[in-house]
Amino acid sequence: MPDSFHLDAVPIRLERCGKTFAGGARALEPLDLTIRGGETIVFLGPSGCGKTTTLRIIAGLESPDPGGRVLFGEEDVTALPIERRNVGMVFQSYALFPNMTVAENVAYGLKVRKLPRPERARRVEEMLDLMHLGEFAGRRIDQLSGGQRQRVALARALVVRPRVLLLDEPLTALDAKLRDSLRLEIDRLLRGLGITAVYVTHDQGEAMALGDRIVVMAKGRVAQVGTPREIYYQPADGFVADFIGTMNRLGGLARGGMLSIGVASLPWSGPDGAVELLVRPEDLALASEADGHFGGTVAAAVFLGDRTRLVVEPADGPALTVDTLGRSELGRGDRVWLRVDPARVLAVP
Amino acid sequence: MLLALLVLLPVLRLLWEAGDATVLARVLDSPATWRTATNSIAIAAGATLAAAMIGGPFALLVGLTDLRARTAMTFALILPLMIPPQIVAMAWTHLAGSGSPILKPLGLAPPVGTANPVQSAAGMVLVMGIEHAPLVFLALRAALRAIPGDVLEAARASGAGPWRAVRGVVLPLCLPGLVAGLAMAFVAALGNFGVPALLGIPAGIPMLPTLIYRRLAGFGPSALPEVAVLAALIGIVACLGIATQTILQAHIASRLPGGARPLAPLPLGRARMAVEGIAWGVLALMVAAPLMALLATSLVSVYGLPIGFGTLTLAHYREVLALDQVGRAFANSVLLSGSAAGLLALLAVPLAHAMALGGGAGRIARAVGVLVELPHAVPGVVLGIGCILLFLKPLPGLGVSLYGTLWIILAAYLVRFLPLALRPVQAACAALDPTVEEAARALGAGPLRRLVTVVAPLVAPAAAAGGLLVFLTAFNELTVSILLWSQGRETLGVVVYALEEGGSPTLGAALGVIAILVVLAAMLAAGALGRRLPPGVVPWRG
Repeated sequence: MPDSFHLDAVPIRLERCGKTFAGGARALEPLDLTIRGGETIVFLGPSGCGKTTTLRIIAGLESPDPGGRVLFGEEDVTALPIERRNVGMVFQSYALFPNMTVAENVAYGLKVRKLPRPERARRVEEMLDLMHLGEFAGRRIDQLSGGQRQRVALARALVVRPRVLLLDEPLTALDAKLRDSLRLEIDRLLRGLGITAVYVTHDQGEAMALGDRIVVMAKGRVAQVGTPREIYYQPADGFVADFIGTMNRLGGLARGGMLSIGVASLPWSGPDGAVELLVRPEDLALASEADGHFGGTVAAAVFLGDRTRLVVEPADGPALTVDTLGRSELGRGDRVWLRVDPARVLAVP
Repeated sequence: MLLALLVLLPVLRLLWEAGDATVLARVLDSPATWRTATNSIAIAAGATLAAAMIGGPFALLVGLTDLRARTAMTFALILPLMIPPQIVAMAWTHLAGSGSPILKPLGLAPPVGTANPVQSAAGMVLVMGIEHAPLVFLALRAALRAIPGDVLEAARASGAGPWRAVRGVVLPLCLPGLVAGLAMAFVAALGNFGVPALLGIPAGIPMLPTLIYRRLAGFGPSALPEVAVLAALIGIVACLGIATQTILQAHIASRLPGGARPLAPLPLGRARMAVEGIAWGVLALMVAAPLMALLATSLVSVYGLPIGFGTLTLAHYREVLALDQVGRAFANSVLLSGSAAGLLALLAVPLAHAMALGGGAGRIARAVGVLVELPHAVPGVVLGIGCILLFLKPLPGLGVSLYGTLWIILAAYLVRFLPLALRPVQAACAALDPTVEEAARALGAGPLRRLVTVVAPLVAPAAAAGGLLVFLTAFNELTVSILLWSQGRETLGVVVYALEEGGSPTLGAALGVIAILVVLAAMLAAGALGRRLPPGVVPWRG
């Protein structure tokens, strides 16, 4: 990627940014968050969790409730409308101008900035090449595929060298295959440009793949902020654990430094009493009857290609999801024994 | 807000004038007032019933069944609404009169010397019924469209046969639509000027709009206080109808979920051919026959002679086009309707765009959108008298009076036809993806630039369609201009009326045919644009 594409990495700070809509609905509880310069941060959560509201507050499409502040670097931009924040924005619906060609779409922001025509043409061409759109410059928008449209939208947002790139569910409207390839392309672009990026999605796969850090949100609150690994392996609460990936819940009883699950006892450092344990499907393993921790019956076996996902019903307690090798021949009704890796078990307070 | 005030000024000025107690008492005490008002209401009610009997069955056929050529049928049915009333009335007098070029060869024409049968109360009921049947048709069809298809399917799944399901489920659901259409037809009949002028005046049946016209024409501006009261009277009765319609339409919109799959057409089976035959037969009688009579009258060498190769001539067209006042009227009408169409299409874009906004600005704009409907909804005489009252005295600051100039007609057109231009653009703005404009904002574009570079190009087809509808309506308009015209400032509608009244039926017919051709051309242009517009913008397109 040429040097001219390297963009300033501006940090963003949100201070007590809440949002109450007319009518009193609280879309966002007051939020404090610092996004580092050049970082890609992903807001992840179910619909209605406040992630899009947060993005729109950063963009300047919504203003935070009184008392909230948005800072780009040292500059307080709270009072600036989006037109004057110099942000790049990419929407789920692409939001391209259907009355303009690909090149005219990309040139729009440069025209607004009154760049001289030769300079404008040069930058548009450069950007179209970077996005592999050179041959489509003169096309009308309705002659493009969904993936091409979203690349035009990215080019249009980036060509003005924004201080921050904001992406609102940019891949949601695309089919699965395109989504994967465009996700890789966005990843390459964000790393190459070094731009501060805020990405909103409800898809945890996208969040894991793209985010330097993920902000998991629920009901207008931040549930957890952390790297993808932290979010996955050390979920802050039951909501995050359930929302990210698949999680098994096991009931255990701790007493005197030992924890009993099923027929097994494991060394345990926590306080005594009933404990709810969380285990990922890949951290449960099939075992022989001799070293298994508890047994159960296979209720369903779903072949996923690279692995087979088993749903095992123990004698008591809720059903467990277990990932095994794809070539496993186990099926409904088979008796199995499972082992827990104690190092990978999480206890939720 | 200022805009709403401006468009409401003529109506407000009229109410103020009509509030003068002594004149009010004198007019309300006069038996002529009450006789005329009773005539108006009774004939309008009769015409509404006729409109329901024509528009209702057609709406059900087009909206519910698998009849073929439904767009063509709709176009034919709506045609009488698009053609100005005075030309429709003229066509009917030629069809039913003793010199009828169609009935005479069949031996069905009334004997020479007897009164023309359509120049009567029953004739007015029939002609206005046909003219306003499209209003009932469109309202009922819109109500049918709003009914989700699964409602009918659910009724049929419960064991009801198709016709029983229609009777039990669909008809009750579209009843508010029917009543709204009736209210519209009633208000239209109450304000109609062309039909009472050509059919009522010769028969000695005064109606409120013609009474106002004759008083004003006979006594000049000195009659203004009196006619203001009469106009206010029509306005008040019309407002009752408008209120009914508004309430019912809000009801329809709120009760049914939008965006659902439409009703599947019901197969008519073997009856289809017969039903189609009857429907087209009725249309031929109602629409084609009078228009053919008009055409024949305009082509026959001497009025009253049967049409044939020996009597066919284009002389009337040559003669009428050579008339001074016709040339002037064409120029005036093109200028007036063209500038009204252009200005209103331009004005509609920012207004409709503001109406689609959220927040306080959007709420104010939507309130303005409701208020500007009023001058269009009330009968034209109300607006016409209001404009005279408003512009008779010299304009403050300028020292010139608009009265007696073309400007007063243009002002009235702008006020009256704004909703026609606004509605399609409003529909288009509401259908715009709001993120497109947000994307332009993110790129730094301010409000004006966004309006010009992003919003306007996207809603341009709708604005053009709205402008065409304005042009179509204003080009032949009579009700407002008959009150506002002056020597040398005639509109086409006024000249057609004057020729017919002045005893030149063949010339009037020729000019009427030319006017219809212009209307058809504009309708076809709007139809071609309609392919690129959301459904419902162009009335006869599905």
